[in-house]
Amino acid sequence: MRDLSSLPVEPIGPNDHVRIGNGEPLIVYAEFTCPDCAVAAERLRESGDSVCFRHFALAARSPRAVKLAIASEAAARQGFFWEFHDSLFADQGRLDDPHLWQRCELLGIDLARFEADRRDPALSERVAADVTAALRAGATGAPSFAVAGALQSEFPAASS
Amino acid sequence: MSIIAPGTKVPPFSLAREDGSKFTDADLAGKTTILVFYPFAFSPVCTSQLQIYTEALPEITIDGAVMYAVSTDPSFSQIAFREQLGVPIEQLSDFEPKGAAAKSFGAYFEPAGMTNRAIVIVGPDGCVSWSHLADSPGDLPGVNLIIDALAADQASPTAV
Repeated sequence: MRDLSSLPVEPIGPNDHVRIGNGEPLIVYAEFTCPDCAVAAERLRESGDSVCFRHFALAARSPRAVKLAIASEAAARQGFFWEFHDSLFADQGRLDDPHLWQRCELLGIDLARFEADRRDPALSERVAADVTAALRAGATGAPSFAVAGALQSEFPAASS
Repeated sequence: MSIIAPGTKVPPFSLAREDGSKFTDADLAGKTTILVFYPFAFSPVCTSQLQIYTEALPEITIDGAVMYAVSTDPSFSQIAFREQLGVPIEQLSDFEPKGAAAKSFGAYFEPAGMTNRAIVIVGPDGCVSWSHLADSPGDLPGVNLIIDALAADQASPTAV
């Protein structure tokens, strides 16, 4: 059982996915089937601001979102997290497994290793840990942005 | 309208269960009950709320608490809503007389003629142990608040 009692947003750690750009990284909880998350991701990418991506993929909302989150962690094992992240958000109409395999081919991800890693329980636990931390911080949807240790659904005014 | 306060004995009420039978204050005896009042079936925030609470349901119910969702929608709409979402939280209808139970809990939003966004936890003794009224019906209370309230209730020396 998870502990879902209240806890502030966890500070960025060595296991986080951080894209270094301008300023301090903005922590974003998101999932790959969510259109609003794609809009936020594009906005952040275009701004050049630093960003820390964490998973908020709920099985009760979208079982596919959970599988995509795990797939992104499999890509991360080969050093392609952000490329995979950008690719998923760039085309949310193509998120089935054959589309993921095409992405692997395009990005240079070893498909056999990717497929094996997707089934590693450690990766689903990694995704679940992000979701648990988000719920403990009071997340009520995706995307959620961490501002001053608390989560909000509005895109932060300082990041545009 | 103020939400019913902790320590208050639950007033007599009657809601319609999904099978058409009545759910009354007598059904609260002997267990911890979480009543989640929400405005409208199929509305975006209510959808997110039931999905997020479903994600946390194993933790919410671990010590025997039972969660119900309450709105002024008729049972047919509630059932369609629950089935479309694929969530297991039983629906209780406050359709006729409209909002009567919600009004007795202080969980009715008169300006829009709908159930307000509120949560009431009732202990096995039939007294309210925790209540929460959202600042506005559009604000979704994080599930961490429910977990905190249940934990505090467990830690209370008067807990049954």
